[in-house]
Amino acid sequence: MTVRPRRALCAAAGHSLMTSLLPSAKPTLRRAGRWPHAPAFALAGIVALVALLPLGFVAWVTIQTGWQTVQALVFRGRVGDLLVNTLLLEIATIPIAIALAVALAWLTERSDLPWGRFWAWLAVAPLAVPAFVHSYAWVTVAPGLHGLWAATLVSVLAYFPFLYLPVAAQLRRLDPAMEDVAASLGLSPFQVFLRVVLPQLRIAILGGALLVGLHLLAEYGLYVMIQFDTFTTAIVDQFQSSFQGAAANMLAGVLVVCCLALLGLDLLLRGGGRYARVGAGAARLAPRHRLGLATLPCLVLPVATATLALGIPLLTLGRWLAIGGAGIWQAGPIGDAIGQTVMFALGGAALTTVIAIPMAWLSVRSPGRLQRLLEACHYYVGALPGVVVALALVTVTVRVAHPLYQTVFTVLLAYALLFLPRALIGLRASIAQAPVELERAAMALGRPPLSAIWATTIRLAAPGAAASMAMVALGISNELTATLLLAPNGTRTLATEFWAATAEIDYTGAAPYAVMMVVASLPLVFMLHAQSKRAAGR
Amino acid sequence: MTELVLRGVGKRYGAVTALAGIDLTISGGARTAVIGQSGSGKTTLLRIIGGFEAPDAGRVTLDGEVLADGPAIVPAHRRGIGFVPQDGALFPHLTIAENIGFGIERGAADREARIVGLIDMVELDRRVLARRPHELSGGQQQRVALARALARRPRLMLLDEPFSALDTGLREAMRKAVATILSQAGITTILVTHDQAEALSFADQVAVLRNGELAQVGPPTQLYHHPRDPATAAFLGDAIILQAELGDGVASCALGRIAAHTGTRRGQAQIMLRPEQLRLTPAQGPGDARVTEVEFGGASCRVTVALPDATTFPVGVSSLDLPLIGAPVDIAVQGAAHVF
Repeated sequence: MTVRPRRALCAAAGHSLMTSLLPSAKPTLRRAGRWPHAPAFALAGIVALVALLPLGFVAWVTIQTGWQTVQALVFRGRVGDLLVNTLLLEIATIPIAIALAVALAWLTERSDLPWGRFWAWLAVAPLAVPAFVHSYAWVTVAPGLHGLWAATLVSVLAYFPFLYLPVAAQLRRLDPAMEDVAASLGLSPFQVFLRVVLPQLRIAILGGALLVGLHLLAEYGLYVMIQFDTFTTAIVDQFQSSFQGAAANMLAGVLVVCCLALLGLDLLLRGGGRYARVGAGAARLAPRHRLGLATLPCLVLPVATATLALGIPLLTLGRWLAIGGAGIWQAGPIGDAIGQTVMFALGGAALTTVIAIPMAWLSVRSPGRLQRLLEACHYYVGALPGVVVALALVTVTVRVAHPLYQTVFTVLLAYALLFLPRALIGLRASIAQAPVELERAAMALGRPPLSAIWATTIRLAAPGAAASMAMVALGISNELTATLLLAPNGTRTLATEFWAATAEIDYTGAAPYAVMMVVASLPLVFMLHAQSKRAAGR
Repeated sequence: MTELVLRGVGKRYGAVTALAGIDLTISGGARTAVIGQSGSGKTTLLRIIGGFEAPDAGRVTLDGEVLADGPAIVPAHRRGIGFVPQDGALFPHLTIAENIGFGIERGAADREARIVGLIDMVELDRRVLARRPHELSGGQQQRVALARALARRPRLMLLDEPFSALDTGLREAMRKAVATILSQAGITTILVTHDQAEALSFADQVAVLRNGELAQVGPPTQLYHHPRDPATAAFLGDAIILQAELGDGVASCALGRIAAHTGTRRGQAQIMLRPEQLRLTPAQGPGDARVTEVEFGGASCRVTVALPDATTFPVGVSSLDLPLIGAPVDIAVQGAAHVF
């Protein structure tokens, strides 16, 4: 059999069908493209390249600086100290946060602890308090608080909800039949927890621990206030005091290596194992363990956690507000800060969502090797500290695009890079809600492709997209580091105003801004809580 | 041999009565099926026997040892009762070998040998031992779940609808395999199911549970042919229930005078026939009944017939002599009718 070239075949078919058999009003034959998603791939590729900017910047700066200087800047006592500090902080904070989160999650999800739902809310609520407001509260309560253990205490209280959320969701999702089987095989309840429940929480724990670890690397305000030096505080210091480019850039390089090491460690520990429930159908709801006489001792944990993680910040804020009275609520500056924050938040959220759309689309509709590579580029940048992204954008704008230096656009671009994963996760989930079959059905009913997509996928994905925009906007409204480094002169956001006031030890003046940030973060807490419930299908 | 005795076992969830005073004796080595519709309390009963839940009232004893006396219970891990749940519930983070060996002491000298012996017992290839649960088919997973439960040499084995997630053909094969394995091991077994065919073919004793009460307990043939009431009759299979006037070993009903287990009963009563007791033959004249529906189902075909008094019921027919709709037929009754 001879195979005719495809074009010729189509032309021949088109010729015979079109001209000799059918009236011209019938549809013409069109050749299907080999790359139906080419435009989306091109757009996602551009975004991925921009996302690679910070990494490229670190590599470029290293080469530019020359090995001699790099050695002199990196292999010195100061960097060693910072490395030890950072390592100790991670080693001290993460295990304590894991233990606290698992214990709280088990108590609220799997035991008959009184007011379980209330405690579950309180275990998520500390996220509404920005990390630097946590340390502001603690410094107020205990002015002598500083050093590693102070940093560990405040870090655990500020970040343990990142572990609590996935662990609690996973506990709700576990198939209780497995625990029944383990008991029937002779394991005591505690052994069942160790050998069956805990191993299945592994992925949730690893995910949460990675998030906490990255936050520890990236956080600036928290550690400045309790006088604990990390890479991030040292970089900002270096940048602000001496504007010494090379030194700050090299520290940023080491910080990026730390981030990548953390990501690699997570991949390594995660392994290839599968942890999903095997079998069809829905799992029965897990029964709650009776605490009996242990109820009262067990209540101590959520009460103490809530007191330290919520009570202290709220009491402190309340106290400063009371001391400051009506005088600290100056409508002018506060209104200005709110206005600017809202503008940055909405602008950044819109930009982030728009540039995340091509990738989100491809992740759902055209999964494959290229898509995974591009997606990895989109995700890794969210793991980078704000200070690294900011330094990269400062350097790039100063050297290649000077008109963009210290403009609103550069700040928004930094936000977009930092919060790209947040937007992507939400968008991807909402696009996945609209199966491609709906588009096909719409096309079969006579809609042309774009109209079909508009009428089905876009319509169905819109609420999810709005939610992920909100998540990004809330993140931006509390962002401090990148804003400090990049914003044009005269920028006043809630976070920078709060920071400026605390830098002058004006704790009463800072209080209104802190309160506004907490209020602005509340919807985030509600959304995260709702999401984790939904993830567990309850 | 192991004997399980339940006396007055009751359980309530809030206002809902899951079990109302269950009395049941399960003798050693037997296979018992507990059957009921969803919500009948059968899974609750199984969970109480397994020790996963405590009854509000009543006693559960195994070989004279008290397992539950009201809410005071021996916990599941001290009972030595095997459990195979729906879907198997294999531990996804462990290999098949680790799953089977889960209940065997870690230091046991014969641990490896026992794992291999168990995988042979459930007739799986030894090569699956190194795999993970999700790499196995549904039937294989169920075999592993059974091997895992057998590893502790339990006195009693509980099967909670273990075949319901399998395809029809596989389900029958698995049912036979499991019955054989458990018989050879001499383990007393309780199967919970909502599938009457499964219960009847698997068990030596069937217990029908309805609204938390035991409607009837007995051997499968006894239950099928002599159910205590029409609801049980209908639950165990298609039943033709007719009003009849009882005589001496006969019943006069819409089908005429037919043989019946009347005993000393006389007068008006309800009688039951199973569809396979009836034989249809083409009628020359008006016939006993008229065909209203024909359902071709390959090996098992059914026709629905209507009597002159408008009573309709299904009858099983060979696929080779299916009548036409509207055709008159004569009905012959084999065996005797059951009297309620």
